[in-house]
Amino acid sequence: MLTSTLGMALREIRRNVLRSVLTTLGIVIGVAAVIMLVTLGQGATDKVTGDIAKMGVNMLTVVPGAERRGGASVGAAPLTLDDARAIRQEIPSVATVAPSAGRGLLVVSANQNWSTTVTGCTNDYLSVRDLRLAVGRSFNEAEAQGGSPACVLGPTVRSKLFGQGDPLDASIRVGKVACRVIGVTEAKGQNTFGMDQDDFVLMPLTTFQRRILGSRDVGAISMSASTETAIPKVKTQLAALMRARRKLPEGAPDDFSVRDMKEISETLSSVTGALTALLGAVAAVSLVVGGIGIMNIMLVSVTERTREIGIRLAIGARAYEVLLQFLVEAVMLSLFGGVLGMMLGLVGSYAAGRALSFPFRVLPEVVVIAFAFSFLVGVGFGFFPARRAARMNPIDALRHE
Amino acid sequence: MTDTAAPLIALRDVFKIYGSGESEVRALDGVDLDIRTGEFVAVMGPSGSGKSTCMNVLGCLDRPTRGRYLFRGVDLAGASLDQLALVRRHYLGFVFQGFNLLARTTALENVELPLVYRGVPTVERRRLAAKALADVGLGGRELHTPAELSGGQQQRVAIARAMVSEPSLLLADEPTGNLDTARKHEIMRLLRALNDERKITIVVVTHESDVADFASRTILFRDGRIERDERRGAPS
Ligand SMILES: Nc1ncnc2c1ncn2[C@@H]1O[C@H](COP(=O)(O)OP(=O)(O)OP(=O)(O)O)[C@@H](O)[C@H]1O
Ligand SMILES: [Mg+2]
Repeated sequence: MLTSTLGMALREIRRNVLRSVLTTLGIVIGVAAVIMLVTLGQGATDKVTGDIAKMGVNMLTVVPGAERRGGASVGAAPLTLDDARAIRQEIPSVATVAPSAGRGLLVVSANQNWSTTVTGCTNDYLSVRDLRLAVGRSFNEAEAQGGSPACVLGPTVRSKLFGQGDPLDASIRVGKVACRVIGVTEAKGQNTFGMDQDDFVLMPLTTFQRRILGSRDVGAISMSASTETAIPKVKTQLAALMRARRKLPEGAPDDFSVRDMKEISETLSSVTGALTALLGAVAAVSLVVGGIGIMNIMLVSVTERTREIGIRLAIGARAYEVLLQFLVEAVMLSLFGGVLGMMLGLVGSYAAGRALSFPFRVLPEVVVIAFAFSFLVGVGFGFFPARRAARMNPIDALRHE
Repeated sequence: MTDTAAPLIALRDVFKIYGSGESEVRALDGVDLDIRTGEFVAVMGPSGSGKSTCMNVLGCLDRPTRGRYLFRGVDLAGASLDQLALVRRHYLGFVFQGFNLLARTTALENVELPLVYRGVPTVERRRLAAKALADVGLGGRELHTPAELSGGQQQRVAIARAMVSEPSLLLADEPTGNLDTARKHEIMRLLRALNDERKITIVVVTHESDVADFASRTILFRDGRIERDERRGAPS
């Protein structure tokens, strides 16, 4: 009985190729779309979070001037190297402190020039910013003390000035200062906002202050907290310290601001999280649309199926025998479509993720939900019209129009 | 007639009423009918007189609105849909006025269908179905689908399907309606032979008296009632 039912269902599927293909297609598209959209959304979220981690999640930066809408503030006293020293001494949860100052300048090699950001900094800046050297070395003691000018290039600057050539020990001009190239950092690529993270020149802070800035000002002090959980504490201690050092009276607003990568990272994560939710909603809609497609195909064929059921009943089939056949047919089609859609969705999102360089992370619950929903729709709409027909008098099923 | 055996089928005061009130149609309006095993009955009557309705009731495809239907002495009034299905499966063969073949399905598979539900093994099923098709003159057309067959050929497939399971009772609603005289007589001789040799009880609806002449008994319907019931010869 079971084998003949299976055979009959298979024959029915082959006999109604178009109907079978359309039903299957509806399920395939529904499942594949959901899996792809959600997996890609998840990949985007992972990528953003990863990018931020690369920028250094534990990093805090203090800059002069109150945080104000509409950009930089004017008139606030600059930071100094003494501020950096005080932070290092008085805030225990701070691991590394890196004062820096920057300016946009033209850098010139033997036959190329390039406009970039030049940052005066210490070697600690490299570790706070998570910069690693690809070739060469960082500043030695003599250079850090303001000896002969040396510089480390970002990969972008290196290729702009030297192309494929060897930059080490070459002499370049940074603004008006002749400078020896001692190292090149590893490439970081673009950040989440599309900014080139490799377009910079680093030189020792003292050299930068003396030869370029002409003052002892510090533009920013970056620091890394010893742990991620210490960040809030560091933040409050830092604010108190800065207020004291800058002699701000009680009640006066801060004339400096502290930026916290973790905050930015959390904001961004919530944005991409919302994006994933949106994609999920789009996916859900596509699932419903796919479901309606399946439903339509099934309902269109109800008349024909009802008559077929009438014939089978008239010939002596019992209702459950007919139903079993239709159920098996619907289950086989839905299962086939679901598995196909799952494979297509996974392969598709893997390929798209590769193209967009998103990490590939599958959410199993989404796969299960997409599959289960399409499966139920397919089986439901294949089965329930059949059940109605199978409960009729055969003559009514035969007369159905 | 001194037949003491219970009739194969008996209708007692059977009504089939469609609609109600003004638009009420009495398709069967108090029918009493006994048919004994081995009879060959022709049902005649004008269009709309209730012939098909009566056949559907006899074939357990439809239930009467009122009245009793005894099959082999068993009242089917309270039978469930499944029980009726089993009666159809084991005792009945039906040729519909509109053929009712499965679309996109070969003639052979159509004819096999009743045997599938009877649980006949595949090989045996094939053989019987092919033989039934040959009997109705369709040998060589086994693999054609209804769409590839003429109206008369479809009708013969429907006849083959009804007789392949050698039912106790074969009901045929205008089985020769689309056939030329030669074919028509051929089919009727076939039914005659089934009736003679295998003692299959046959009820045939027809409009044509030359078809009715093959039968041993003619029933005339008018307005949902049996107007005349004649036996010819003495076949028993
Ligand atoms: N499903 C239905 N709903 C309403 N009325 C019906 C239905 N089926 C049949 N009738 C009516 O019942 C009456 C008998 O119909 P039936 O089909 O039995 O006639 P018939 O004798 O077979 O006619 P024909 O020779 O044209 O096939 C007709 O008046 C018909 O209109
Ligand atoms: Mg009729």
